[in-house]
Amino acid sequence: MERPFAITLEVGTSRHNKTGTWRVERPVYLDRLPPCNEACPAGENIQGWLYHAESGDYELAWRKLMEDNPLPAVMGRVCYHPCQTACNRGKLDEEVGINSVEHFLGDLAIEKGWVPETARADTGKQVLIIGAGPSGLSAAYHLRRQGHSVTIYEAGANPGGMMRYGIPKYRLPREVLDAEIQRIEAMGVEIFLNHKVEDLSAVLAEGHFDAIFLAIGAEIGKRAYVPAGESARILDAVNFLHSMEGQTPPLLGRRVAIYGGGNTAMDAARTAKRLGATEAVVVYRRTRDRMPAHDIEVEEAVEEGVEMRWLSTVKHADAGKLLLEKMTLDEKGMPVATGEFEELEADSLILALGQEVDLELLGNVEGVVVADGVVQVDRNMMTGVPGLFAGGDMVPGDRTVTVGVGHGKLAAKNIDAWLRGTNYSRPERHELAAFEMLNTWYYSDAPQTVRAKLDVARRRSTFDEVVQGLDESNALFEARRCLSCGNCFECDNCYGVCPDNSVVKLGPGLRYEFDYDYCKGCGICVQECPCGAIRMEPEII
Amino acid sequence: MPFQPIKFYQTGSFVVGNRLLSEDQRSVQSSEDRTNSLTLGHRACQGCGEALGARYALDAAMRASGNQIVVANATGCLEVFTTPFPETSWQIPWIHSLFGNSAAVGTGIAAALRAKGRHDIRVVAQAGDGGTVDIGFGPLSGMFERNDDVLFICYDNEAYMNTGVQRSGATPPAARTATTDAVGPHPGEDFGKGKNLPLIAMAHEIPYVATATVAELRDLEYKVEKAMSFHGARYIHVLVPCPLGWGSAPSDTIRLSRMAKETGLFPVFEAEGGDVISVSKIRHPLPVEEYLRPQRRYQHLFRPQPNTETIGRIQAIADKNISRFGLLQSEPE
Ligand SMILES: Cc1cc2nc3c(=O)[nH]c(=O)nc-3n(C[C@H](O)[C@H](O)[C@H](O)COP(=O)(O)OP(=O)(O)OC[C@H]3O[C@@H](n4cnc5c(N)ncnc54)[C@H](O)[C@@H]3O)c2cc1C
Ligand SMILES: Cc1ncc(C[n+]2csc(CCOP(=O)(O)OP(=O)(O)O)c2C)c(N)n1
Ligand code: SF4
Ligand code: SF4
Ligand code: SF4
Ligand SMILES: [Mg+2]
Repeated sequence: MERPFAITLEVGTSRHNKTGTWRVERPVYLDRLPPCNEACPAGENIQGWLYHAESGDYELAWRKLMEDNPLPAVMGRVCYHPCQTACNRGKLDEEVGINSVEHFLGDLAIEKGWVPETARADTGKQVLIIGAGPSGLSAAYHLRRQGHSVTIYEAGANPGGMMRYGIPKYRLPREVLDAEIQRIEAMGVEIFLNHKVEDLSAVLAEGHFDAIFLAIGAEIGKRAYVPAGESARILDAVNFLHSMEGQTPPLLGRRVAIYGGGNTAMDAARTAKRLGATEAVVVYRRTRDRMPAHDIEVEEAVEEGVEMRWLSTVKHADAGKLLLEKMTLDEKGMPVATGEFEELEADSLILALGQEVDLELLGNVEGVVVADGVVQVDRNMMTGVPGLFAGGDMVPGDRTVTVGVGHGKLAAKNIDAWLRGTNYSRPERHELAAFEMLNTWYYSDAPQTVRAKLDVARRRSTFDEVVQGLDESNALFEARRCLSCGNCFECDNCYGVCPDNSVVKLGPGLRYEFDYDYCKGCGICVQECPCGAIRMEPEII
Repeated sequence: MPFQPIKFYQTGSFVVGNRLLSEDQRSVQSSEDRTNSLTLGHRACQGCGEALGARYALDAAMRASGNQIVVANATGCLEVFTTPFPETSWQIPWIHSLFGNSAAVGTGIAAALRAKGRHDIRVVAQAGDGGTVDIGFGPLSGMFERNDDVLFICYDNEAYMNTGVQRSGATPPAARTATTDAVGPHPGEDFGKGKNLPLIAMAHEIPYVATATVAELRDLEYKVEKAMSFHGARYIHVLVPCPLGWGSAPSDTIRLSRMAKETGLFPVFEAEGGDVISVSKIRHPLPVEEYLRPQRRYQHLFRPQPNTETIGRIQAIADKNISRFGLLQSEPE
């Protein structure tokens, strides 16, 4: 080749110089587990569906959500959202309003009539589910998607369990509940109503079904012995709330006392208010910070005029009045009687002291282990009887709709594996995307969008829904507050900040790749990735 | 922030790209089609801020000029790590000159282009801080005075890095270099020395002067693009941390640039015709100590005990910048 004067070497590009050989550590892309996902009892991939909501693709977001939870509109209203408590953004300004976006997506799906993906080809297997509460419905949905035939026996006149007969309308409008249950039925799930299973062993003996999922909830109100005069009016909260569905509500009188400190007590008190009670007083033996009821519910109850009588127990009930004993807390936080008494005027007393499982149908089925009043299951949700699974309120664990839905899903996965003669193995858990792994500099400051509430006057007299949904622009804003913890959201930062041009951009949705021929291993990309989706690993030499 | 920040998009305009933005709102660096003026295989140290800053600035200049630029480069790391003969990392028309004369070479190229009637081709001259504030200062001041149609970019890593970290007129007080050793009663570079070239450039009342860092890409690209919209002499001063000379972790290059701005030690602003027209406000105020501590060139300020007096003097410099340029914002963004 002809070269210019005094030039001896051929001119070429520096690409000949593979600077990758300098490296002692290499960056690698990875997905970490966002804390919200870890905290969701239904196992939702929250970061995953928010990702689609962020770009305004609500249908895809909803579909992603539906992979784990068939009741988004319900969930967006009643879930106590432990995901938000865990959300990393809470450490930055305020947690992402995950629940409100879920609410929005759920409502939009109902409005647009989106339907879940069709079931896989029929497997010919028959599964029986006992109980159409959230746990049973969730299992039905997931099993149906796997192509199994699903039958539900439900004791009640309508499906939904405590979502219908416990949670009041002002928190969960029935049209919403009906729409989401109908969607599951439309997938080919058959629900037999007014069909109480009295004797499980008979069902087992018939042998119609290849597997059974028990989800009968915990629906008997716990009784506490309250000495009472003959004309004292004492009711049970579960029955009281149940009667709100179509029956004539019981006469409570003007002044109502509610005994207990859980969510059921709050709902009973708020319902009593709406039925016209001028006074609704919650009597609880400990203090507010020790109340099992969630903060929001207590707050909303107080806003609606519910009064609280802390550190008190009911000693005696009589017509028109209660005798309360004052309590104090010992150093362990246990309530101790003080011997001081006071009177509270009350026309009726509603007991909301927790619920128990009605275990009668179990009879003497061999192999089912009951401890502490609940049915024991292994980590695959199976009881001691092969092919008999259980979940929801009737097994150990927190008693919430979300836990029930999560149990239903997990049971469905295991039942599916059982029916196919395999074992369900849980996917490997990714390492947690801790707050310290994020580079929060990059996130715009943005406070949470709060869902509006109905004005208090209307809340005191009607059963209209209290918490209003977000509109589209608010929901989009809220979704975009997500930090995408531990999962690449294609911000191009790594692609930009590499001084050695060693990040290859693969195109929308395809993320990136390192060019290890040239990457010198400086680690800037790891440091500057906003969401902690890159890690340095020692180079294997 | 001088340009219209993009809000509510999760990361706003802080990150390089953002999948939620339309193409025309995205940065040059986010594009798969960016020029990569400086290509793979260059021999800059791991985490070199200068290599990054040069690609950021020149890719933006390429886009702003419709890929019609000629670049004159002074000796310094940027020249040595890109063009060890016979290799070159430059993918743009690029000419090497000497340590002290890139402004003069730029001026010459601009004159030649004018003579040939090539008004479409734009000229960029660039140098390190040594080549800018010290040896190249005379030609640069002349270029400013004549208002030659050249954009001059200084990549400031605060010392002569290429030849082994000697002090320059841009080395900050107390910093250790090979020629300002950390010994004696006042270890490191003296207080009260050095030059502030952006202010000197403004004193020439040239059309456009700006400072930037590699931590805020959108701001840097905006300023290059804006500079390219003017004719005449323009000056951009980019802070580019040098892991070798600063004794910092290679992965900290951008973090340190960010901290330099957030402490107020490196004010980020732009000026037209000698007047400041906008400043980048501090987002999360930071004491200078946080910026100094991770750098080994300031190690003597912390060992054996923190030298609070000297750290205080550095803080005073930052505080002066903060009030002089109005770097604090009344309301958080
Ligand atoms: C007043 C109240 C408010 C609540 N509020 C909330 C809330 O806001 N958020 C939240 O997450 N959780 C809340 N919960 C708890 C939540 O409702 C329950 O944890 C959840 O419904 C349990 O689901 P499950 O499917 O296990 O049982 P359930 O919902 O109780 O459903 C069980 C179903 O099985 C049927 N069944 C029972 N026995 C038989 C049988 N022998 N044969 C056939 N069918 C049978 C029942 O009729 C019922 O439909 C609340 C509970 C109450 C009582
Ligand atoms: C006239 C002359 N004197 C000295 C040198 C040696 N020399 C080359 S680069 C350099 C320092 C460069 O410092 P700076 O401009 O800050 O660039 P950096 O390497 O720090 O990027 C020196 C002293 C030279 N090339 N020419
Ligand atoms: S910021 Fe997003 S990904 Fe991170 S915990 Fe919150 S909702 Fe989940
Ligand atoms: S820096 Fe941005 S693009 Fe790169 S891995 Fe992290 S989130 Fe993805
Ligand atoms: S010495 Fe500094 S400026 Fe020079 S190549 Fe290394 S990191 Fe870059
Ligand atoms: Mg230098």
